[in-house]
Amino acid sequence: MSVEVGGPAAGRAGGVRGRAVLERVAGSQVVWIALVLAAMLAAFAMLRPHSFATGFNLLNLVSDAAILLLLAVGMTFVIITSGIDLSVGGVLVFSGVTAAKAMGAVGAESGTALWLGPVVAVATGLAWGVLNGAVVAYGRIPALIVTLGTLGMSLGGALLLTGGVDLRASGRLNLGLGLDRDLGVPDIVWISAAVTVALAVLLAQCRFGRHTYAIGSNTEAARRAGVRVERQLVRVYGLAGLLAGLAGYLSLAKYGITGVSAHSTDNLQAIAAVVIGGTSLFGGTGSVLGTVIGVFIPAVLQNGFQILGVRPFWQQVVVGAVLIVAVYLDQWRRRAGDR
Amino acid sequence: MSGERGGAETPLLEARGIVKAYGHVEALRGADFAVHAGEVVALIGDNGAGKSTLTKILSGVERPDAGTILLDGAPVAFDRVERAREAGIETVHQDLALCPQLTPAANFFLGREVLRGGPLGRLGFLDHRAMRERARAECERLGVRLRSDTVPVSTLSGGQRQGVAVARAVAWARRVVFMDEPTAALGVVQTGRVLDLVRRVRDSGVAVVLISHNMQDVKAVSDRIEVLRLGARVARFATARVSMEELVAAMTGATSDAVSDSPSDVSDGAAGRGAEGVRGEAADDAGGEGR
Ligand SMILES: Nc1ncnc2c1ncn2[C@@H]1O[C@H](COP(=O)(O)OP(=O)(O)O)[C@@H](O)[C@H]1O
Ligand SMILES: [Mg+2]
Repeated sequence: MSVEVGGPAAGRAGGVRGRAVLERVAGSQVVWIALVLAAMLAAFAMLRPHSFATGFNLLNLVSDAAILLLLAVGMTFVIITSGIDLSVGGVLVFSGVTAAKAMGAVGAESGTALWLGPVVAVATGLAWGVLNGAVVAYGRIPALIVTLGTLGMSLGGALLLTGGVDLRASGRLNLGLGLDRDLGVPDIVWISAAVTVALAVLLAQCRFGRHTYAIGSNTEAARRAGVRVERQLVRVYGLAGLLAGLAGYLSLAKYGITGVSAHSTDNLQAIAAVVIGGTSLFGGTGSVLGTVIGVFIPAVLQNGFQILGVRPFWQQVVVGAVLIVAVYLDQWRRRAGDR
Repeated sequence: MSGERGGAETPLLEARGIVKAYGHVEALRGADFAVHAGEVVALIGDNGAGKSTLTKILSGVERPDAGTILLDGAPVAFDRVERAREAGIETVHQDLALCPQLTPAANFFLGREVLRGGPLGRLGFLDHRAMRERARAECERLGVRLRSDTVPVSTLSGGQRQGVAVARAVAWARRVVFMDEPTAALGVVQTGRVLDLVRRVRDSGVAVVLISHNMQDVKAVSDRIEVLRLGARVARFATARVSMEELVAAMTGATSDAVSDSPSDVSDGAAGRGAEGVRGEAADDAGGEGR
């Protein structure tokens, strides 16, 4: 006996499965954007083999993208719950400022500062993220509004703490972590890559990820299935804040200053990367791998255009168009899936 | 199983005087309900009578404003879904409550994921294979066949989705399954299969509360019928003893002995009469009914 309705005869099941797999591969945005990225890399490499396709240039490109990648990975979790986090740039700056202040307080060049700095940055980011999550989950205020509010609060707070003058990182940090390399790759890239891989596994293989998807897919169904929706939301926004805090510390190390006014569009860049990477703004689907590709498409475009001598403003135009196409594809797939 | 259901037997799950309002809408106004071990109770009533609301309250999804829930005669607070689950109660909600982007197996195990053994498990790593295999096995055991267990639920037909939701509830239920219009999206053949499943669940010792608008189905599968109208129970019947006309009359309030328009009057009269009939009837009847 079977409750299945309109199912195919058993004999056809094999063919159907094969087609389903094909459809899933073809319908997966990650595959398409990976091809787009590969095509872009190939095009720039052919056009400028001696300047674009060099280890030096590509390493630069990756190291510029490493910090944005952290923000975008946190944003991936948030958007999968069908939320949004506009505050990441502000939290990044605020965390960099508190870290710089704390390091200054214990002696910026001291050994203590080198472990206190990251701890303070990460804890500060986590606190902002937990605040976001708690207000979204328990206060039932739309994430767009909550995180717009905390964006203003954290940026304003950073300006208050610094008096509007950027704080400098200690030489030990800026010349140390900011420049250190292992196997020729900057440590900042290693850190970002390690965190990204760990979180990709968390999302795809762990209960944490499963509950994140479930909330974005159907919050009420998740709740009825016994998922602690509010607690999970606090954790997800907390994770995004923590990553912004870490990004703030790495940014302090890399650029040597807190960059109070340099991060006002970080949130949009991170969101664009996530969406280009195939994560749906409606929640329930997405992947860290897609986000990685989504971070690199704008980065490669910018780098390639620079090398080609195309005016850099074109990068913004093209990325904007890619973003719209990505959202269009997502909606198209949703409609197709609903049928 | 039916022999144990004597007149004095405590219901497995009972609701007394449940009140629930959404803003100004009074979904339940002192509703009573009872289900005994091993029986199929049909919960019927017009649209908006409060059937789904009562189901949600008895499965811990919503909290009542007033009233008591009794499990084996003892008051319980179903303030979270987990509480009802711990009591062995599972529910097929009217809207199915599935996550469309997740696979059937992921939906099946949502909220009670199987983790891998060892240190990875403590880190929260999912045992995908165990869940897939168990979900498939449970579905097959219950006669629900899934074409593929790796595609998201959103790609399944309405009937298949209903199959997943029903199989999930039935597989986990130890004492009671609520099915809120489980055949709404189904054709005749598939409906027949769900009704078969209802009987088999009952025969396995799990009570079933079936909500349906189809009186033929209700008469075919239930042992007893409770009627909800305007947020309160207005009648109870032993299925074998009641006519279609009586059911319709109770649902619409046109009961012959409903001299007053007040639902509570109707409730007292009909419930008192129904209760007696039920106890006598169900015991005689349950074994003889065609399965
Ligand atoms: N979440 C809700 N918000 C507002 N009103 C609701 C809600 N759920 C149910 N109701 C109202 O409560 C009444 C009972 O609904 P319901 O329990 O779904 O009835 P039934 O399942 O018997 O058709 C209806 O008037 C309905 O509009
Ligand atoms: Mg209903």
